[in-house]
Amino acid sequence: MKPLISIIARDLRLAVRQGGATLLALVFFVLTVTLFPLGVGPEPAILARIAPGVLWVAALLAAMLSLDRLFQSDFEDGSLEQLVLSGLPVGGVVLAKIIAHWMTTGFPLLLAAPFLAVLLNMNGEGFTALMLTMLIGTPALSLIGAIGAALTLTVRRGGVLLSLLVLPLYIPVLIFGVSAIDAAVHGLNAKPHLLLLAALTVACLPLCPWAAAAAVKLSLD
Amino acid sequence: MSMHYFANPTHFTRLAGRIQQWAGGLAAGLLIAGLYLALVVAPADYQQGETVRIMFVHVPSAWMALFCYSFLAVASAVALIWKHPLADMAAKASAPIGAGFTFLALVTGSLWGKPMWGTWWVWDARLTSVLILFFLYLGYMALWQAIEDSQKAAKAAAVLALVGAVNVPIIKFSVDWWNTLHQPASVLRMDGPAIHPSMLWPLLVMALAFKAYFVTLLLARMRMELNLRRIRALRLADRTS
Repeated sequence: MKPLISIIARDLRLAVRQGGATLLALVFFVLTVTLFPLGVGPEPAILARIAPGVLWVAALLAAMLSLDRLFQSDFEDGSLEQLVLSGLPVGGVVLAKIIAHWMTTGFPLLLAAPFLAVLLNMNGEGFTALMLTMLIGTPALSLIGAIGAALTLTVRRGGVLLSLLVLPLYIPVLIFGVSAIDAAVHGLNAKPHLLLLAALTVACLPLCPWAAAAAVKLSLD
Repeated sequence: MSMHYFANPTHFTRLAGRIQQWAGGLAAGLLIAGLYLALVVAPADYQQGETVRIMFVHVPSAWMALFCYSFLAVASAVALIWKHPLADMAAKASAPIGAGFTFLALVTGSLWGKPMWGTWWVWDARLTSVLILFFLYLGYMALWQAIEDSQKAAKAAAVLALVGAVNVPIIKFSVDWWNTLHQPASVLRMDGPAIHPSMLWPLLVMALAFKAYFVTLLLARMRMELNLRRIRALRLADRTS
């Protein structure tokens, strides 16, 4: 347990010292959401209708764009290889890195989401659901994305390929996330949607680090 | 005669060549018979008219789209677990065929949808999940292409195929769920009574023709892959000598 916490601490320290780079995903999130009123028009009713979907799609893309930071720099400077050779379970190392990734990308998105929801004129009933879905759903984005990030480690300029691999796998998270908020906005019970989303995240928790660890190992031999 | 007897490329090539000829002949015969039954013998539907004949291509394509992905996933699992050298090749060879069938299913579905539903595309649960399946095929093929070392590419692609296989039912379920929430009965469904034998027979013959065609193409692509590897090995040997 202790080494894993130190990996998380190391990744967080690296993220803090890089400063601006960490916040780029957040800036991307805010910018993408800002584009929507410009694209579809400023009518409050339309914006309120599409707000949950826009927020989730933008969060999905922001999380995906930050995935290359998960393993890439450690892979290039050799520290990923050292971590794998250290005798720690590779799945555990991967999980620690995923947790650190979520804390530096998913968590800031979660904090920014309610402010953007205000800008999009989202119905007040939906805010609790929005925060809950973001809290439950964004870890799944980091978990699933880790598989894609690990598979494309050896690929030069793997960004576009990564999106092709990861986005189809993100679809269930998007659907359950948005439908929970929609249900809450319309005064319905959001709980079944939230439970399904939670089930998805919990199922990803053991499976994704395992698959990502297999992918990391084969890109290192 | 174990599974490993055919790990030897020479044994495999000899057998595959023979099976390929038979499967190719069978596919051609069944296709001619199936098309005759579907286009000439089968009656026009009393509601859908002649457009129902698109179904004789559409339905077998959609079945094959799913069948090819299952085949791909099983071959990938065999490649990862038993490291059978032909399993990688079978998985790689089946992906473009599956993508082709998926594309055919989407296009024929769209062509059928225009006269029947009045629109080329609806965000119906089935259409959407088949479209996502098509993207999964594309991702799989792109990963193969992107990694130069073919052994690494094989393993990475196998991991992706298995992750995709776990996800296909989840995606299918979530899309069904999404669809029932967002679009309550916007499309008139004409499932009607159980399918009449006059239409069932052409459908089954066409389905068998497609399957035989799949086997033919699969074996042809696997033999091509083997020959490509042999050429590469010969070139390398030539350069080092």
